[in-house]
Amino acid sequence: MKVVGKNVRKVDGIALVTGQPVFTLDVTPPGAVVGKILRSPHAHAEIVRIDTSKAEELPGVLCILHHGNVPRTPYTTAGQGWPEPSPYDSFLFDRKVRFVGDRVAAVAATSEEIADEALRLIEVEYRQLPAVLVPEEAIGPGAPVIHDEEESRGIHDPQHNVAAAIDIRVGDIERGFTESDVVVETTCEFPYVQHVPLESHCVVAYLDEEDRLVIRSATQVPFHVRRIVARALGVPLSRIRVIKPRIGGGFGTKQEIILEDVAAALALRTRRPVVMKYSRAEEFVAARTRHPMKIRIKLGAKRDGTIHAIEMDVLSNTGAYGTHSLTVLSNVGSKTLPLYNKAPHLWFHGKAVYTNLPVAGAYRGYGATQGYFALEVAVDELAEKLGMDPLKLRLANHIRAGETSPIFEKIGEGRAGKAQVVKSCALEECIREGAKRIGWKEKHGKKTSEGRWVHGVGMALSMQGSGITDIDMAAATIVMNEDGSFRLLVGATDLGTGSDTILAQIAAETLGVAVEAISVYSSDTDFTPFDTGAYASSTTYVSGGAVLRAAQEARRRILEVAAAILGEPPESLDLEEGHAVSRGTGKKVPLSEVGHRAMYVTDQRHIIATASFVAPESPPPFAAFFAEVAVDVETGVVRVVKFVAAADCGMPINPALAEGQLEGAIVQGIGHTLYEELLFSPRGRVRNPNLFDYRIPTAADVPDIEVVLIPSDEPTGPYGAKSIGEIGINGPAPAIANAIYDAIGVRLYRIPFTPERVLKALHGKSMG
Amino acid sequence: MLKIYFELNGEPMYVEIKPGEMLLDLLRRLGMKSVKEGCRTGECGACTVLLDGKPVRSCLTFAAKIKGHRVTTLEGLGSPANPHPLQEAFLETGAVQCGFCTPGMILVAYDLLSRNPDPTPEEVREAITGNLCRCTGYVKIVEAVLLAAKRRREGVWR
Repeated sequence: MKVVGKNVRKVDGIALVTGQPVFTLDVTPPGAVVGKILRSPHAHAEIVRIDTSKAEELPGVLCILHHGNVPRTPYTTAGQGWPEPSPYDSFLFDRKVRFVGDRVAAVAATSEEIADEALRLIEVEYRQLPAVLVPEEAIGPGAPVIHDEEESRGIHDPQHNVAAAIDIRVGDIERGFTESDVVVETTCEFPYVQHVPLESHCVVAYLDEEDRLVIRSATQVPFHVRRIVARALGVPLSRIRVIKPRIGGGFGTKQEIILEDVAAALALRTRRPVVMKYSRAEEFVAARTRHPMKIRIKLGAKRDGTIHAIEMDVLSNTGAYGTHSLTVLSNVGSKTLPLYNKAPHLWFHGKAVYTNLPVAGAYRGYGATQGYFALEVAVDELAEKLGMDPLKLRLANHIRAGETSPIFEKIGEGRAGKAQVVKSCALEECIREGAKRIGWKEKHGKKTSEGRWVHGVGMALSMQGSGITDIDMAAATIVMNEDGSFRLLVGATDLGTGSDTILAQIAAETLGVAVEAISVYSSDTDFTPFDTGAYASSTTYVSGGAVLRAAQEARRRILEVAAAILGEPPESLDLEEGHAVSRGTGKKVPLSEVGHRAMYVTDQRHIIATASFVAPESPPPFAAFFAEVAVDVETGVVRVVKFVAAADCGMPINPALAEGQLEGAIVQGIGHTLYEELLFSPRGRVRNPNLFDYRIPTAADVPDIEVVLIPSDEPTGPYGAKSIGEIGINGPAPAIANAIYDAIGVRLYRIPFTPERVLKALHGKSMG
Repeated sequence: MLKIYFELNGEPMYVEIKPGEMLLDLLRRLGMKSVKEGCRTGECGACTVLLDGKPVRSCLTFAAKIKGHRVTTLEGLGSPANPHPLQEAFLETGAVQCGFCTPGMILVAYDLLSRNPDPTPEEVREAITGNLCRCTGYVKIVEAVLLAAKRRREGVWR
């Protein structure tokens, strides 16, 4: 390998480190106006009257949109493949508001100040409805119906506020527990947490010289934006172009169409370029969150430690709209249960429930994060009850290469899945290497104290997937220039992950050139081929698969021309260092000569190749996580001293970028585990919509983090690669919970582990 | 409207500012798009610039306050054709993911290294603690600053 497996610099890196104007709002068309959204002050209310006349009289106000003057078409804001597995329960603007911060109206004005003033001048009369903020109450008798509108489609049971439900059985769960020697049961709770990308949602929408709608957006899913905006606004898809420039982080929140539809509607109405961005407060209230969940889990095992039965019962809170409600719920089981595939008896069931709270959506980990918190805490308890080392219990039960799980076939993307045998798995080596680095043998079960600080260690395992089987599709085009350089056109969406770079590496390796010979153009629906987008840990595997195939086809065409020049059969030629080289005679010809001949001289043609790749399966990456914590027994403060993650992402295309994905995900996970949580007033208002009261980790909070990549060779992946983007976030909550138990002998079941909660638990009181 | 004089990345500027205009908005209006808005309340550090060499939050600094002073943005440190060694170090270590916090991070690191040429990892973490990054977990950012410090001590510094 010349290029793959190397830490090449990010292809977009020089622009980023020198602060070039590459983000959505760094370039605004002349004459741009500002769009702003009026938000609901009530958690649940009907809009009885809306009067925009005073606002419209304000000089500089160009347009006001509300439910009375826009099409009423149900759609989902979830940027997923079509047909979307999420319910069509959202409208551009509705007659009803369903959470504090829901859209009421939007204004376009010539300045931000005028837009703000116009929002103040819009008179809205509400009829307040009873609100429900607790999932258990939302499905209880007499609860207000949040989605009582007739037009919505795909809601599981609107009358009882159930957006989605799942019930999957394998074997005979009752028998499974009866046959088990040891059974543990526990309930873990995951609160409202947020992605907090540094760049909030933002968009510029305008009409081009041919009157087509152009949407420049900070999105992870440009092609889904085009399709969903077309539906919501009733504009032909062919009249819309979506461009994704550099984006300032996403983590799933930009897999949602929450601003493009409004900006596009305002641009069409005013015929002026419209710039919109979420303030940080709006981002906290009206972007998306992780689905808060309560997960009850029951594990049964034989005396020898073989896990025999697993039940998982999930109550997921999807907030006011059901975006990703079914698929996140499905993933709680589908991404966790195959890990312990020895258990013949499984029952996975749950509901995703509407409440009058902010809207949950896609967030890195996508249900697996919540599932692993419960599963891996329960496995720790099981080990204790069995009198086994939790590391040995996991080693005895985890899935290996060549094995399968019935869950792969039972649970797919909002439908049945597909049988799959795991072809690559280095989890055992990950466990052993991680254990060595944390000092598991020396430290586990042997807590040590330094004054008030008591140290303990804990561990957790995880797997994820690489794309969505039979659904995720990516296409790539390779275009050769006559000088032997290439353009790589991909619909894939680099959201800061470095995917443009690793896709260039895959192309360069296949074409025998340096990365510098490849110019990457990504994510423009007019000029790049289709890609489902950056989610579900799909880009390296699915988009990479497409790039590999396009590059192989381009290579074949190059060799045909080179063969004619060299007078040798194409099968005897290789591409190396910018040349076609004969393995037999050593004769070679530079790609620039191949390019010039093909374009200008003989039997002219443009060497271009396009290929598509559909995920034939979803090979899981694996990881073992280890945390050492120190707990201050007087104040309840938990400090992570060291965090080790050993991960198998197949053959890493760019190890430094892969490590960066793990490190970043781990620190996000530590944030959720120790201090992040959206808090609500009794009336459903977010109490901490700012970075001072919703604290994310700073550099000073970060422990000593050690990540190690243990390669495996995934035969279905490009150059053996699997995914790495999400898995890292699944480890911190359970590993830290288990480490706290190791230190102070108290189990914590609800994150974040704030000092108050730790102290309460230490004093034997019930957890809040 | 108030007209003020200041120095931007070594160039004299004589510009009109709006009443109450923040430095963040002025600088972006002047084309300094490396200055990022992450929160507008001084909590994230993405809008950091150097005022007379010291890091300030441009979202909390009134534009009027810079009258007669020196302002440095990331554009003043290096360019794609001629990047600063700190910028090189961020690229080389993989310290850049989305790149939105990068301008502020690099300027804060620049200030740190001009005060402390041989910082410990803890001192680097302390220096960048007011600058939030959600992508990297800060691991490779700290590495980048330490690498740049080493090169600075070795004399590879403009």
